[in-house]
Amino acid sequence: MRESAESIASAALDCRLRKQLGDFSLDISLSVPSSGVTALFGQSGSGKTSLLRLIAGLDRPDEGHVRLGSRTLTDRAKRLHVPIHRRRLGVVFQEARLFPHYRVRGNLTYGMAPSARRRFDDLVSLLGIESLLDRLPGTLSGGEARRVAIGRALLTEPELLLMDEPLTGLDGDRKQELLNYLVRMTRDIDIPIVYVSHDTAEIAAIADHLALVEKGRLIAHGPLDDLMMRLDLTDRLGGFDAATRLLARLDKHDDHYALSHVVLNDGQRLKVPRIDRPLGAQVRLRIGVRDVALAREMPSGTSYRNGLRASIDAIEPSPQSPSTVEVLLRLGDQRLRARLTREACDEMQLREGQSVIALIRSVAFDAQSR
Amino acid sequence: MLSDAEWQAIALSLKIAGSAVGWILIPGIAVAWLLARHEFRGKSLLDGLLHLPLVLPPVVVGYLLLLSLGRHGWLGHWLYQWLGVSLPFTWQGAAVAGGVMAFPLLVRAVRLSLEAVDPKLEAAAGTLGANRWRVLFTITLPLAVPGLLTGAVLAFARALSEFGATITFASNIPGQTRTLPLALYTLIQTPGKESAAARLCVLSIVIAMLSLLASEWLARRARQRLQERDR
Repeated sequence: MRESAESIASAALDCRLRKQLGDFSLDISLSVPSSGVTALFGQSGSGKTSLLRLIAGLDRPDEGHVRLGSRTLTDRAKRLHVPIHRRRLGVVFQEARLFPHYRVRGNLTYGMAPSARRRFDDLVSLLGIESLLDRLPGTLSGGEARRVAIGRALLTEPELLLMDEPLTGLDGDRKQELLNYLVRMTRDIDIPIVYVSHDTAEIAAIADHLALVEKGRLIAHGPLDDLMMRLDLTDRLGGFDAATRLLARLDKHDDHYALSHVVLNDGQRLKVPRIDRPLGAQVRLRIGVRDVALAREMPSGTSYRNGLRASIDAIEPSPQSPSTVEVLLRLGDQRLRARLTREACDEMQLREGQSVIALIRSVAFDAQSR
Repeated sequence: MLSDAEWQAIALSLKIAGSAVGWILIPGIAVAWLLARHEFRGKSLLDGLLHLPLVLPPVVVGYLLLLSLGRHGWLGHWLYQWLGVSLPFTWQGAAVAGGVMAFPLLVRAVRLSLEAVDPKLEAAAGTLGANRWRVLFTITLPLAVPGLLTGAVLAFARALSEFGATITFASNIPGQTRTLPLALYTLIQTPGKESAAARLCVLSIVIAMLSLLASEWLARRARQRLQERDR
């Protein structure tokens, strides 16, 4: 297991938990940085929801502790277990779990901290639920109910927000819509978030850090961009559809072609399908490893809209297929991964340290890439 | 239309049955909550004891009440000495008898409705900072209201029809403890009062039907408020 130094130094949540659940054993040590979104990622049945329940205090571990900042929430050795209602954690469950006998407004204010009152209107408009305040939960759609549940948790002014697969069970469009709200929300609030998910695209859109859980154990942990570059994790992080991310700033909208121009921090530019965000906004672009082609020089007369100057950090055989290789590229301080056939790689005589042009089709950025 | 004696029996019956439900309501909800949401030693024993009034002959219950709450009973003695209260042969005594007989029905109905409340909602309330009392009063009980109403009406009807325990413990004193069933029994025992007995019989049926309809209506209204309405 690899942990980055920065995530330990500024850990908001620190836990070491062991619990036997029938045949399944959970044994995980995890520290969550005090800012940003940490995704708990794993297949269903890997133990990520069990871990979330232990952190929230909904279950008790056989052994271990949970610390949040300077507060100890659970410590088996000291027989300490702070009850759920005094943990000051916000929890968003898979199902919205709204109270059916309270209107939306009543649900939102149920656990509202007095200090959160002035934020009420802002949060309600951020989540787009102004028009729902006088409705009963039974009349809301799945996506609306989730948004109310998120607002309800945030209004308690928690010190940590736990979200258990909040997009589960929503159809494509609703899912994308709620994901957009979530991404916007995570930028606007400054509490650490633990986000449970089994969807790599969702995680690429929202997470800063990743904790990879498998069979009740933590098998990798660190900044997501680092883990996405690791070949040994390719199978788990998307496999065939593996991807890496580039951070960029929105520079210009091209209304005629419905494109947006973005700038990487090394000054290179990219054209992507229009992103409906204000100019200057930071965007994360998810780029599939199969959507990147390499050239020795900038080609002319091609349909590729984007050619980025990059240098080759490493060339490794693909873990899944004998016919392809993974080329790890560096662009300034950012990294990008490309998957080529081994034959192309040999014919082009690619080597570590070489400068190449990374070609990316503009249409490869789907809506998920925001 | 109704004679004074009939009015008296009706008023007395309603007063006694109402008081009976009044005094068992809170203990009944408390016991139902204990059984629905907690595990403890002796739970099945408590559950069994609660159901005794349902299976024992009511006369036995009345006799046990007389033994314990009579002026020389272990509890009745204390009540008389410290509070000056004597229950046997009073309408309050009849309310106690009716309440004891109705208690298991109330607990059963309330317990079922509490068990039907989703514990996930209670856990969600906990994560929003609500302690167990706030959870009970703002989530569990309001969501169990339809069952609470059903239980209360069942208990009311049971107390209204109470005969054996009442006549044993509170006797059959006109204007004091002569409720509808006791008045009916008295008329049946009296030669030549058959038509008066028939009138009381019809009256009993009308009151029972009205309370059932009232409970249905209340429960439906409460459910409607809770129900998820389709768009």
